[in-house]
Order: sequence, then structure tokens, then C-alpha cells
Amino acid sequence: MAVAPGVGARSAWGPGFWASFAACALVLTLVVPVLNIWVAPDSPVALPDYLVPLLGKYLCYALLALSLDLIWGYAGILSLGHGAFFALGGYCTGMYLMRQIGTRGVYGNPLLPDFMVFLNWKELPWFWWGFDHFVYAAAMVVLVPGLLALVFGWLAFRSRVTGVYLSIITQAMTYALMLAFFRNDMGFGGNNGLTDYKDILGWDVHWSSTRLALYLASALALGLGYLACRFITVSKLGRVLLALRDAESRVRFLGYSVTNAKLFVFTFSAVLAGIAGALYVPQVGIINPSEFSPGNSIEIAIWVSVGGRGSLLGPIVGAVLVNLAKTWLTGAAPETWLFVLGALFVVMTLVFPRGLAGLTRRPDRIRPSVAVPVPAGEQA
Amino acid sequence: MKTAASTTDALLYLNGVTVSFDGFKALNDLSLVVEEGELRTIIGPNGAGKTTMMDVVTGKTRPDSGEVFFGGSEDLSRLDEAAIANLGIGRKFQQPTVFENLTVFENLELALAEGRGTWATLFSQLTSDRRDRIAATLARIGLLEQSGQAAGALSHGQKQWLEIGMLLIHDRTLLLLDEPVAGMTDRETEQTAELILDLAKDRTIIVVEHDMAFVRSLGARVTVLHEGSVLAEGSIDFVQNHSRVIEVYLGR
Repeated sequence: MAVAPGVGARSAWGPGFWASFAACALVLTLVVPVLNIWVAPDSPVALPDYLVPLLGKYLCYALLALSLDLIWGYAGILSLGHGAFFALGGYCTGMYLMRQIGTRGVYGNPLLPDFMVFLNWKELPWFWWGFDHFVYAAAMVVLVPGLLALVFGWLAFRSRVTGVYLSIITQAMTYALMLAFFRNDMGFGGNNGLTDYKDILGWDVHWSSTRLALYLASALALGLGYLACRFITVSKLGRVLLALRDAESRVRFLGYSVTNAKLFVFTFSAVLAGIAGALYVPQVGIINPSEFSPGNSIEIAIWVSVGGRGSLLGPIVGAVLVNLAKTWLTGAAPETWLFVLGALFVVMTLVFPRGLAGLTRRPDRIRPSVAVPVPAGEQA
Repeated sequence: MKTAASTTDALLYLNGVTVSFDGFKALNDLSLVVEEGELRTIIGPNGAGKTTMMDVVTGKTRPDSGEVFFGGSEDLSRLDEAAIANLGIGRKFQQPTVFENLTVFENLELALAEGRGTWATLFSQLTSDRRDRIAATLARIGLLEQSGQAAGALSHGQKQWLEIGMLLIHDRTLLLLDEPVAGMTDRETEQTAELILDLAKDRTIIVVEHDMAFVRSLGARVTVLHEGSVLAEGSIDFVQNHSRVIEVYLGR
């Protein structure tokens, strides 16, 4: 019996894929440093220092979009609270960076960050303990969003909350967190958030080399995140997710635990969002409660739908393009941006429901025919 | 109440099962015994409780009272859908529900009997043995040609067969088929009857159906449900000449 090789999932890791992946990785990791460091500053193609963190910020947004696409595009879970996981990851690095300030703050207090001194706090709250150490903060970047997603997801998916109801409670979650973080007595800097960072791992955050390193770290995180998402989506679990997106109860009757499958991708996605937030904060230099605002989370969904959900590359491109447009337009004609964003979403949904990625693909998700062996002596 | 575990060796044993929805009794003290290896057809007018009976057996609905045992000792009223499916009870729905965005091949791949855990599926490999089993099933349900097509592009009858194939590939002990020929052409109905008779050689099957000609062609023992309990049980001829059945079916 001849068995045809190359059933869909296996060829997903063929040389063709690795060649294009390597090409994208090279462009992302080489072009920016070369244009920033080695090209003469007066050259028209030179990349000024102030643009490096901006590009790094786009890559963080791209990772955030990717994380939402994994659950929305593949498992049909539309989280409208993903900004919360992003912000929590961001607060973790923010707290680490605050602890690095030491006595260089306005009040010069060796034990407490400025805002705590201002509020007359006498000692460091327990939840700030450990954030002096980078490794501890890095672990929290993964654990805090991950645990929140695990608990929240377990409650929601176990009770079979799906569709628009799930979207609404994720909005409520991020809104509740925003209100909580706005409070001064929460111990996270209230309205002002955490800012005035000095250094990270001993490097001054304002150095151009630090900014370049942060940009490269963002590119690395995006690349690894992409590979991980691809691993999930081309695995059999990926097909379980697509199946439960379309006919959830049928998947249950096949004997799969829909709750566990959703919980796994939801938690993984939240961790990716947290990592994106963690890399974002040192590049923009501030984290405050507005990152939790429901509007932010909805904007992520717009990036994903512009790029094309259910394709991993689309949302990355979508996030970068929409944010490029935002950067440009909020500078050129700030009052028009929200109208443009809204119009973009409406037009994309009506005209290109599959987003930018849909323009490059055939209309239906029909993959190359799977060759199967014909068993000897069996006829239909 | 004494459990039935020690008193029955039937494959499926329902005793005094009652299910009510807002006061309406969908199942009313229903008792039903299906032996291993049996092919059983269940008929009844709309609202007789046929689908609710399947819901109870597959764990979708919990009975208000009564007992449901599988294989003599498994208490189905305490398990959820996934656990019951993994015991070897497969269900084909009234509406064909295949995964339309997956290919025919992938639909069968998901139904393969192998680890159902999230980790197991994440690292699952499509071995040549598994591929062969999928191919053999494709041949048996007559969909080899359509292997790489999106299941959404199949005809109505083909979707029904694919769904039966998905039950088949898992080596289920008990198959529940809810109106397997609804909406099929005469030719497809005939082919489906052949397929079911073929499958019934090595497993237990319960078929719920409206189509009397189809039920007759299966030639199996017939149970008539009415208002949530068993009205009559026997051969098709016995049932069709039963005075209460005629009354219920033909109006009073």
C-alpha cells in the first residue's frame, strides 16, 4: 500500500516555510540596526534614534494582535478584554523598573517609590516584594496574566459562556481592572501609573543601544510567539479548535474536552499578551490604568480583523499598518483619527471580511487535496 | 432505590427515566433495554421523547429520576458528554453536523480513537497506521474521492455518511443514529440501509426514524414511544397492527 507523503499538517514546517520565516526575521532584525547605527545620520534612509522605540512598540502591538487572533480566529473566542493581560504584563515590568530607580527619585527614598512616599506609605506593600529582581519580574510577566486567564477562563468556559456573552464579560473584566488601578490605595501609582524609569538590567533606558536591544527583544518575542502559534494551529489541537469554533457541542460528543482546549489557548494567548505588554512599557516609558480601558481592547480586535483573522500573518501586518496610520494621522489631523478607525473597521468588515490576508488566499479554506492510500480489496 | 448494576447484563438499560421541561414530561417513566449486538429501531410521533431519550443516554440532559446504565455498571446519569463518548457511545445527530471548514479527511482524523486530552492533541502525529484507518473508513462510507474537500461542500447524503464514518472510525460499542435518512433521496436511503445493516454485524445500533419503509428495510425489533414512554415493542408487523399504535399514529 503506497502512502502519500505530505498531509497538510506535516508540510507546514517545510523548507519553503523556513526560508520565508528566515527572510522576515532577517529584515526585522538587521535592517533597523543597520539603518540606525551604520548609516550616516544625514542620509535620507537613516533611522533616527527616536523612531526605534516606535517600531519596537509596533512589534509589541503585533504580538498582541497575534495573541488575540489565536483565540478569536481559530477558537472563536472573541476576547474584548485582551488589553488587560497586556497591561498586567506591562505593570510587571513597570514595577521592576520603578524598583531600579533606587534613591534617584525626587524624594530620594531608598525603600519606596516616589508615589508611595507622596501618599505617606511607610513600607513596601507585599505585592511589590521581589520586583527588585529581574528574574522574579519576568516570571510575574508570565504568571500574573496567565493565572488571571486560567481562573477567568475556567469559570467562563466551564459554565459554557460563549459568543457575545463572553465578549461582554471580558470587557467587564478589563473595565473593573481599570477602575481598580485608578485607585491610589491599590498601590500601583493610581491615575499617574508608573513612569520616570532610569535603567533596565543596569542599562539606561534612554541609551540608543538599550532601545535597540529592546526593539530586538520585541522582534525575538514576536518571532517565537509566531512559531508557537503556528505549532498550535497546525497541530491536531488546531483542528480541534477550528472544529469547536464551528460546532462546539459536536466536539464534546466526539469526546474532547472543549473546556480544556479553550482554557489552554486562552491562557497561552494571555501569556503572549502579557509578554507584549512587558516589552512595550520600557519602550514607551510609562504604564498607567488607561491601558486597561475597554476601547484599547476593542482596537486590538480591529487590528486583527483588518489583517484577517484565522491567518497568523494577517493580524501582525494589520496591527503594524493600523498603528502606522494612527501615528501619522494623530500627528497630521488628530481629530479625524477615530472616524477613520471606525470607517476602516466598517469597510473592512463589509468589503473584505477576511481582511488583508483574505486578498492573498483563495475564497474558501480548501487546502491542497490530501492524498490517501486506497486499501487493497476495499471498495465503497 | 436499588441499583441495576447487579441485575442486568444488557448493554443499555433505562429504568423509570423521567425528564421534565417546565412541567412538560418529555420522558415519563421510560424503561428500555437494548442487548449487546442488537439493531433496534425506535419510532414515535413528534414529541414522543425520542430525541430526549438520546440526550439522556449521551449525557446532554440529566434525568430527573430513574436509572441509566451502560454495559451493566456505568451509570450514565452521572457522566458528562465527553466521558460518555469515551465509554464508546457515539451519536449521529438529526441535522448532519460535520465540521464544515475541515476537510473530509480531517473530520475523520478528529474522530480517530486516540488521546483526547489537550496535550495529546497538541503533540499528536498522523502515523501511517492512522492514515490507513482513515482511508479504510473513507472507502467504507464511499467518500475516498472527496477526502481533501471541505466537508461543507458535500451533499446532504454524503454529510450523513461522513458523520456515520466518524462514529465508525472510533470503534464505538453503541451507535445512536437520529433520523439517519432524513432529507435523503431514495437511492441514498437505500445505500444508508445497506451501510447500517453492514455496520450492525459488529456493534450495537439504535436507530430513531420516521420513515416506515426504511424501518421495515432494516427488519429489526421496533420500539414505539408515545408521550415519553414505551407504547409497544416487537417486530414491525406486530407494531403496525397494534391497535394503540394505529390510534396514536392515525389520530383518534
